[in-house]
Amino acid sequence: MATTQAHTAADHDHHDHKPHGIGRWLYATNHKDIGTMYLVFACIMFFVGGTMALIIRAELFQPGLQFVDPAFFNSMTTMHALVMIFGAVMPAWTGLANWMIPMQVGAPDMALPRLNNFSFWILPFAFTLLLATLFVPGGAPAGGWTMYPPLVLQTGDAFPFLIFAIHLMGASSILGAINVVVTVMNMRAPGVGLLNMPLFVWTWLITAYLLIATMPVLAGAVTMLLTDHFFGTTFFAASGGGDPVMFQHIFWFFGHPEVYILILPAFGIISEIIPAFSRKPLFGYGAMVYASASIAFLSFIVWAHHMFTVGMPLAGQLFFMLSTMLIAIPTGVKVFNWTATMWRGSLTFEAPMLFALSFLFLFTIGGFSGLMLAIVPADFQYQDSYFVVAHFHYVLVPGAVFAIMAAVYFWLPKWTGNMYNTALAKWHFWLSTIGVNILFFPQHFLGLAGMPRRIPDYATQFTDWNMVSSVGAFIFGFSQLMFPYIIWKCVKGGEKIGNRAWEGARGLEWELPSPAPYHSWEEAPSRELIARGAQH
Amino acid sequence: MAQAHAAAADKYYIPHSSPWPIIGSASLFVLMFGVIAYLNEWLPLWVMLPGFALLIFMFVGWFSTVIGESQKGMYNLSVDRSFRMGMIWFIFSEVMFFAAFFGALFYARSLAVPWLGGEGTKIFTHALNWPSFENAWPTNGPANVGPRADGSFEIIPAFGLPAINTLILLTSGVTVTIAHHALRAGHRVMLNTFLFLTVALGFLFVYLQGVEYHHAYTELGLKLSTGIYGSTFFMLTGFHGFHVTLGAIMLLVIWFRTMRGHMTPERHFAFEATAWYWHFVDVVWLGLFIFVYWV
Repeated sequence: MATTQAHTAADHDHHDHKPHGIGRWLYATNHKDIGTMYLVFACIMFFVGGTMALIIRAELFQPGLQFVDPAFFNSMTTMHALVMIFGAVMPAWTGLANWMIPMQVGAPDMALPRLNNFSFWILPFAFTLLLATLFVPGGAPAGGWTMYPPLVLQTGDAFPFLIFAIHLMGASSILGAINVVVTVMNMRAPGVGLLNMPLFVWTWLITAYLLIATMPVLAGAVTMLLTDHFFGTTFFAASGGGDPVMFQHIFWFFGHPEVYILILPAFGIISEIIPAFSRKPLFGYGAMVYASASIAFLSFIVWAHHMFTVGMPLAGQLFFMLSTMLIAIPTGVKVFNWTATMWRGSLTFEAPMLFALSFLFLFTIGGFSGLMLAIVPADFQYQDSYFVVAHFHYVLVPGAVFAIMAAVYFWLPKWTGNMYNTALAKWHFWLSTIGVNILFFPQHFLGLAGMPRRIPDYATQFTDWNMVSSVGAFIFGFSQLMFPYIIWKCVKGGEKIGNRAWEGARGLEWELPSPAPYHSWEEAPSRELIARGAQH
Repeated sequence: MAQAHAAAADKYYIPHSSPWPIIGSASLFVLMFGVIAYLNEWLPLWVMLPGFALLIFMFVGWFSTVIGESQKGMYNLSVDRSFRMGMIWFIFSEVMFFAAFFGALFYARSLAVPWLGGEGTKIFTHALNWPSFENAWPTNGPANVGPRADGSFEIIPAFGLPAINTLILLTSGVTVTIAHHALRAGHRVMLNTFLFLTVALGFLFVYLQGVEYHHAYTELGLKLSTGIYGSTFFMLTGFHGFHVTLGAIMLLVIWFRTMRGHMTPERHFAFEATAWYWHFVDVVWLGLFIFVYWV
């Protein structure tokens, strides 16, 4: 497998003075410790949000009301979304960024270590506020994660909890994003040029810009909700000259770039894994970078495709339809390049590659249904139906979540120094991929047949596919329990690996010993190492 | 491979464990919970105090640590560059926060209110709900939302106190620049004098905004609840005033530090960051003066 870099190992062993006890985590400044906390937090939230999803699917197994009352059902859909987006996927990306970016750019740590810990520790407090709403009078927020007024203004005592939880999550994301930008722009080792960085670093850099530009806008939008509710402003009330649709514009100005915040780092991950297991350099590195940047730019000018049916001028509908369709071009470039990378490659199918391939096919399905939704007259039919639910779950579950799992299976040996149980990981992959398709594919049919989303009951003709979907949900949900188990066993022990866990893996992180030393590159990597690590 | 072992001062400083981030996030939690408890009418206003006190404690502690490290020369030029980039992107995030409220103002003025007045695609809202409403700005909407019984309100003319405030802020931008030049030239007395002038102008601006708010609330019938005009007016100028207050406090801290001999002609990130922040609130004000008060 790998040639051991004896000198680097020796250099770094001297510096491995880890702080002990709880203080190591509470007062952490180390990028790996903070990354671990982010990942553990994301994993916990993944199961919290997943439990909510299973409550939803249990209720929808049959028509009629079985397990929960409608208000609680609506709370579950709202909370599931908020927990998964802000609690699971975004922190998982930040955790991976923390672990990998300093190692990949040849830096000793993140640029602003104390700020890094601040952005992490805000999150558990934010989610304490959010999850506490399950127990306050009036119940948890139930107006949907998009918080449209006037409905959301009817939320009970949970309302200010929701608003301030969003504020805290936003602050955490902004500070985390600033740290990523500064680390990438200022901490690269001499010789690691901008067009020399791994794509995960590139896509995260672009993601960070999206976060800094849009999270404050979300903060502004929810602040207006707060003042409309408590202080008599009329931003979203027509009686005072405001407009409830204005909230949707401001929200989706944040919300659409947010979609790419969730998926761009996934593009980076896939761009690392497919070349590694194809034993070929990535096809079209430059095109990948420019495609990511184009997607990020376009994400700012497509927001109103989420709200075609609220009524807008024809010119607006046309503009947002066409700009949305434009996104298919850079995304198509990406899918083409991943496929071309595999062309005549020497492929092997370890767990990370399996998840990456699953991503490639299933994310593309989500992309195609997205194109269908972009067409204004068609969207009038699909709006608020299960087709939309199927679309965004295809891009987010076998898209973002599978990419996170691929990344963990790719880098876990580097983090722990041990190989995990690869057979079990493959079982996890097959159960996940089969489960996720049973879960979400029938929802396309349900949506096209007219089943509305966010409803605890449905007409009996939707029963069959709902039953199939719920069975898939439970297969998918319970098979995820394998994930923390595999990780835990790997942390505890396993077959030792060399510096390079995978034969075809390239990049500076694979030049460090495994497990990676506590401080990554206290001495900047040499030009030879950088050249050998270069992926393209 | 033969890399000379770098001297400690050349190394990028990585702090080893710090209590301030966790204290900071805990204080944010206590503060937010206090605000929630107050808004839900569970507890009176004082419930915000503990969180606020903790937050101030955190800021003082965190910044004292950083200032101490800086004075000991632990930060090399690379750390300095990280701080600069961090501050620039933080200010950019603040710009985007204001952009949301400016966006609301422009949307209301050029789309929502004209639609309510019967223009464009939303004609039925006008025809069915408010046929007598005419598109105008300023407005408190078709229901004349506001504190006065007849629904009327007056606005603050641009060329009164707001114009004076514009002059004050622009002047403070000049004084802080003179202070910066003095700092770089090593004229400490001039630095301290002009920095003090900047602080004084900053607080004078906040005071005059207070006078203006008092006038609006007590005499003009212009409140936060005066329809979309009151909403956008007070949220924009209010958040701006809050940022000016923060900026003035930051300048005050920098003034205390320059008085104690901190900052050198070559290395004075804290001064520059505060000056950037000050210019940012200045530019936002120009936007406010033009789009909120004037046109």
